Amino acid sequence: MSLFNNLAGILGKLSLKQFPHDPLTMFGAGLIVLVPIVIIAILTVTKRWRWLYREWLTTQDPKRIGIMYIIVAIAMGLRGLSDVLLIRTQQAISVGSSQGILSASHFQQIVSAHGTIMIFFVAMGLMFGIINLIVPLQIGARDVAFPFLNATSFWLFFSGMVLINLSLVIGDFSAAGWLAYPPLSELKYSPTVGVDYWIWSLEIAGVGSLLAGINFLVTILKMRVKGMSLMKMPMFCWSVLGSMFLVAFAFPILTVALTLLAFDRDLGTHFFTSGGGGNMMMYVNLIWAWGHPEVYILVLPAFGVFSEVVSAFSRKKLFGYTSMVWAIWAIVFLSFIVWLHHFFTMGAGSNVNAFFGIMTMIIAVPTGVKLFNWLFTMYRGKLDLKTPLLWFIAFAVVFTIGGMAGVLMAVPPIDFQLHNSLFLVAHFHMMIVGGVVFGYFAGITYWFPKFFGFKLNERLGRYAFWCWLIGFLLAFIPLYILGFMGATRRLNHYSASLGWQPLFVVAGIGAVVIAVGVGFQFLQLIFSILQRHQNTSGDDPWDARSLEWSLPTPVPFYNYARLPAVTERDAFWIAKRTHQIDTREYEPIELPRNTPLSMIIGVSILIFAFAIVWHIWWLAAVGLLAAVVIIIRSMDENTTYTISANEVMKLDKLYREGEV
Amino acid sequence: MAAEIEIHNTNRLIESYDRDATTILGFWVYLMTDCVLFASLFAVFAVLRNNTFGGPSGATLFSLPYVLAETFSLLTSSFTCGLAVLSAQRGNKKHTIFWFGVTFLLGLIFLIMEISEFHKFVKMGDSWQRSGFLSSYFTLVGTHGLHITIGLIWIAVMCVYVYKRGIGQTTLKRIRMLSLFWHFLDVVWIFIFTVVYLFGALHA
Repeated sequence: MSLFNNLAGILGKLSLKQFPHDPLTMFGAGLIVLVPIVIIAILTVTKRWRWLYREWLTTQDPKRIGIMYIIVAIAMGLRGLSDVLLIRTQQAISVGSSQGILSASHFQQIVSAHGTIMIFFVAMGLMFGIINLIVPLQIGARDVAFPFLNATSFWLFFSGMVLINLSLVIGDFSAAGWLAYPPLSELKYSPTVGVDYWIWSLEIAGVGSLLAGINFLVTILKMRVKGMSLMKMPMFCWSVLGSMFLVAFAFPILTVALTLLAFDRDLGTHFFTSGGGGNMMMYVNLIWAWGHPEVYILVLPAFGVFSEVVSAFSRKKLFGYTSMVWAIWAIVFLSFIVWLHHFFTMGAGSNVNAFFGIMTMIIAVPTGVKLFNWLFTMYRGKLDLKTPLLWFIAFAVVFTIGGMAGVLMAVPPIDFQLHNSLFLVAHFHMMIVGGVVFGYFAGITYWFPKFFGFKLNERLGRYAFWCWLIGFLLAFIPLYILGFMGATRRLNHYSASLGWQPLFVVAGIGAVVIAVGVGFQFLQLIFSILQRHQNTSGDDPWDARSLEWSLPTPVPFYNYARLPAVTERDAFWIAKRTHQIDTREYEPIELPRNTPLSMIIGVSILIFAFAIVWHIWWLAAVGLLAAVVIIIRSMDENTTYTISANEVMKLDKLYREGEV
Repeated sequence: MAAEIEIHNTNRLIESYDRDATTILGFWVYLMTDCVLFASLFAVFAVLRNNTFGGPSGATLFSLPYVLAETFSLLTSSFTCGLAVLSAQRGNKKHTIFWFGVTFLLGLIFLIMEISEFHKFVKMGDSWQRSGFLSSYFTLVGTHGLHITIGLIWIAVMCVYVYKRGIGQTTLKRIRMLSLFWHFLDVVWIFIFTVVYLFGALHA
């Protein structure tokens, strides 16, 4: 028995009791375990391990890293969507004497999981995926500034994702909401490991994002091809530059807020405790000083995608390029001085609230400038109403409705009424889904043929689009009304006499319609892959304007055999209309070697965080491995390889003729 | 519109950007993110500095002469770090290692003094668990201490590197970044010395 106790001590707080017992959680946990097992089995049966390791897990190529980000994001999107269906079912039926399908604590866990996963592992994943794929190509670069760091960022993101999903199998999820406000998230009120999982998962993924932010900031500033001055960059790169600037200055605040909360829980400090001289509103300030810029971090690159899509599918150059750039930087600046509008009810006094209220209204101005610029780009254009442009039109409508609701809530007295209501929930879903998700859907449809050589099926894409749009409006317009009627967020049960049920049922139907839309998106992917030989799309399927479309498809691993010559905006558009003969000789190309060290850093940090969550202190020492790996890496002078000029010429010919 | 344009091989395009300058810029941006991290911790300290919750305040805890000795140790290490960079630029391997060695020792003295101060407070029962003020004090000063620890490891690794490989372009670039890091920590410490210790001793 004493041996058993010793063993128990070795494993910290971990014991068999921590594995799930109720059927619904067991089903979810089963899925989380089953999916990797199925993937491992498929890889083993098809003997693909070596291929996976050599081509993907050790890669330093931003194009592959981008695709891995997007795959993780899609998988997490499915998890976030299943959370939605549970939430909507619960709220549609848990009325009066019925308690619905979920217990109160389980419901809160699912709501927290939905928000956390959708923001950190879906939206961020899609964003960094698209940035990795597109930015180096658009600026005429062969790589990012720090390829090793880039791969490490991905693996930290991946480790954060694994950790948050482990909580479904071992332990529980945080029930403290997606931002874990204290004092609820303090040890006293959330004694289980859920909040710890939440903290460390976000900490790891957050550091990954911070490093990626630094990386792309420097990449855009330093690695543009000769001739491409900042004001000649494609608008997507401008928006990424703004977004990455925000990442670099906002994510350290998240790191601090999370670390201090972890100190409160693990070391007994008094930062945010209700006693001991702590100040819980300080957490709320810190988390939103990161959280509000985060909203713009996500949406700016989506704006960038729309700038590319609207211009390409209207066959016109982007209207108001300079004002677009200024609008981005106005948003970047203003996004740091609006955070308090998330808690006008704190009691900061009317002067402070007035300042933040006015700033919040002002930030709608540059956003409006962008919207009008897109509309003017479309005006008198030859509109090609393909799905990417449809996503834009849906965005323009939804984002404007949501934005108006936002300006409404920027008025502090109105916010006092709407704070923490479903009106707010409807507002931010219109911004994040309507802005960010629609934007990345448009981007994926637009750039897909560049990387895979065939277009996504247009008809199924349309079905998916209409399901999404109709389902989305069905799901969220009722929430605006419910919010006005006083329905609060995270409501797991309500009285029948309130008469809310019909609206919740409509919202539930909306969620199902969205799920059908997602089903169509998967069908679209499957059909497009099956029919890929009939649908080959060439190098420039949309007759687009920026440099990435000048490359052969699929894009060679070195991107540009000869770096493009840039003199104007929309360089490729101009090149297509002039007859250019490239007489330059080929030059050797230097590229980073593949290395497993990034993955090893990710895995050791994952083990470290898992150990901290469960207080298995000896296991936390594995985290030191990451430091050792960094030192070993710094000693390695042989991190790149060179392709000779002759080889480049041969490869270029093969790629141009479509032999690869 | 079919104007013929020839693109000539006028400039070597293989290195269209300066790799060393790129790395240094990246490191600068990293330092700025670290600056935001410290700024957040300073803000937290500013909010909590009077929340002593019946425990000791800065005025009763801190001994200014002791902290001044710490400060001089760190400031001198910044000076010797500069000497190490100058030696490295001249390609003098021996002097570089020597001055980095001195920097390491001074940094170590600083760290040991800080840890023994922490130890003293904890032994008196004034640990980070005592009050919001002490939580923020230990975290702000401790985060700086953690950075110093990482800096010391970096200096040690750099000495091995210089000893084994000599001073090439890559080494020089890394020495520059190390010195940026070390000076940055010095600047942060000046703020800690002022905001935490001097202001702390002022307000009884």
